[in-house]
Amino acid sequence: MKRFQLIDHTADTGLIAYGSSLAEAFANAAYGLFSIITELNKVRGGESRPVAVSAEDAEGLLFNWLNHLIYIFDVEYLLFKRFDITEFTEHNLKATCWGETYNPSRHQLKLGVKSATYYMLKVDREKNQVQVIFDV
Amino acid sequence: MSPWTGPLEKVDDYRWRIPKSYKPGMRVDGLVFASQGMLNDILKEQSLEQVANVAFLPGIVGYSLAMPDIHWGYGFPIGGVAAMRMSDGVVSPGGVGFDINCGVRVLRTNLVEAEVRPKIRELTDALYRNVPSGLGSKGKIRLRHGEIDEVLTKGSRWAIEKGYGRPDDLETTEEGGEMAGADPACVSRKAKERGIPQLGTLGSGNHFLEVAVIDQIQEKAIAKDMGIDQIGQVVLLIHTGSRGLGHQTAGDYIEQMVAAMKKYNIELPDRQLACAPLDSREGQDYLTAMRCAANYAWTNRQCIAHWVRESFSQVMGMSQEEAGLELIYDVTHNIAKIEEHEVDGKKEMLCVHRKGATRAFPAGHPDIPRKYARIGQPVFIPGDMGRFSYILVGTEQAMKESFGSTCHGAGRVKSRAAAKRELRGEAVRQDLESRGITIRAGSLKGLAEEASQAYKDVGTVVNVTHNAGISRIVARSRPIGVIKG
Repeated sequence: MKRFQLIDHTADTGLIAYGSSLAEAFANAAYGLFSIITELNKVRGGESRPVAVSAEDAEGLLFNWLNHLIYIFDVEYLLFKRFDITEFTEHNLKATCWGETYNPSRHQLKLGVKSATYYMLKVDREKNQVQVIFDV
Repeated sequence: MSPWTGPLEKVDDYRWRIPKSYKPGMRVDGLVFASQGMLNDILKEQSLEQVANVAFLPGIVGYSLAMPDIHWGYGFPIGGVAAMRMSDGVVSPGGVGFDINCGVRVLRTNLVEAEVRPKIRELTDALYRNVPSGLGSKGKIRLRHGEIDEVLTKGSRWAIEKGYGRPDDLETTEEGGEMAGADPACVSRKAKERGIPQLGTLGSGNHFLEVAVIDQIQEKAIAKDMGIDQIGQVVLLIHTGSRGLGHQTAGDYIEQMVAAMKKYNIELPDRQLACAPLDSREGQDYLTAMRCAANYAWTNRQCIAHWVRESFSQVMGMSQEEAGLELIYDVTHNIAKIEEHEVDGKKEMLCVHRKGATRAFPAGHPDIPRKYARIGQPVFIPGDMGRFSYILVGTEQAMKESFGSTCHGAGRVKSRAAAKRELRGEAVRQDLESRGITIRAGSLKGLAEEASQAYKDVGTVVNVTHNAGISRIVARSRPIGVIKG
């Protein structure tokens, strides 16, 4: 099953992520985010960070989840490629994220992502599909 | 994305109106500055829908405005200007954008192309080495514990006290590089964590340093007041913003305002427009935090300008004084500001959002530097890396019509993905080199995304602002050396 698909946006870039559950779609959106930033096949998965975010609804949760990962990358230079979501409700998400610290000799950074935006942000609870546009 | 099919009425050759009858809930008309030719590209995407959506914001006065470099953004269009009444209006972090106080500063020099071109490779190498740029790069400024708070309150003044630049740089920086009413307590720990290691870094994407040569002077006397005396004169451009600190601050407050909108019963067609009343705690806290991020961005450009001066004087083998290197001006193009404007014949305080738009105050305005009182505020409009950039000045017409605002750049026409599909970074580099433009870039892919073909011709954009009268063309420059993150 396809994890995500990029959407073209003139100034920015976005994605639609799929899953067999909404939690999986959230994990795949995060995977898509880091695929925009780097070639994930060159990233090893040995380091991990626990992540917990909350919001008033699933849309806010998606916004906060992706922005929290961008924050961790910005501060710790951690590139994530695996997202084990251990708790998922409309308001709360807990996960262990696995990846590797950016190493310029092995990783190429493709595009800087400033933030996830709410513009055209969609959470489809029936299709287990989410859509987000990033400011890059 | 489907083309936009809403109503657009021609006002004159440079103005187009979206009537508020288009969507119930629009409080004012939309007004777009554009030429007929530009509309073809504009109508291909949804940026005019975004102009209409901005017109829903409570307290908006005049028009929901779009400058001719308008393109499809998120929430606000890029190139959007909206002014809200202080009494019943709102502030929207999406109307400023994630890169708070992204802006441009330009330094003049005493040198001409013939003197600099023989050393251009050495110069771009030195700039690339001395100004940290690109993704994953670390800054070289080490802040003491708590010192970030000083940066957020003092802005450029902090940098000058630390030896990055000259005291008179402050006079030629919008807001003096130090916006009052900045309290670091409103900036999150996460934003500060992102900002501390990134101070004094250029970043990536469309941020750049450019060595350029003046190739046209339309207004000799005005140019002279800015220190631009001759064709062939070398100028240095710096374009960057508030880095991760601004991005995090915007995200933090958008999240808060989504919740606040329920509390204040505000409904909008796009959550990215999330806002709060100007007189609410949420609204005031955002403005306070935004000013901190703006001060960070000015500090960032101030430190970078210092290394640009050092690099230039080293490579050219002369002192900074001999080289000239005065700061012409520093403008911001992503900001919200409280300003006095005339509405329906009455002076009123407004919160003016400029999202990809530059302030363009006229001669004699109290908020512009004394040395420019006669000519008006300098405005810098960078084009893409292969084409021209423009120096303009603000006008009375801008005060009357666009809340003292004009455009900010070329505006994209091709998405990054499309540019990458169609262009190869190496070919873009060779093309630039063959036209006498030396380029240093962190990534070849990034170069393809930023190629000339991905942008509108900035010349057509500034011509619209000039012909509409909301700013006036003074001079044009072309690049000879570019550093991209």
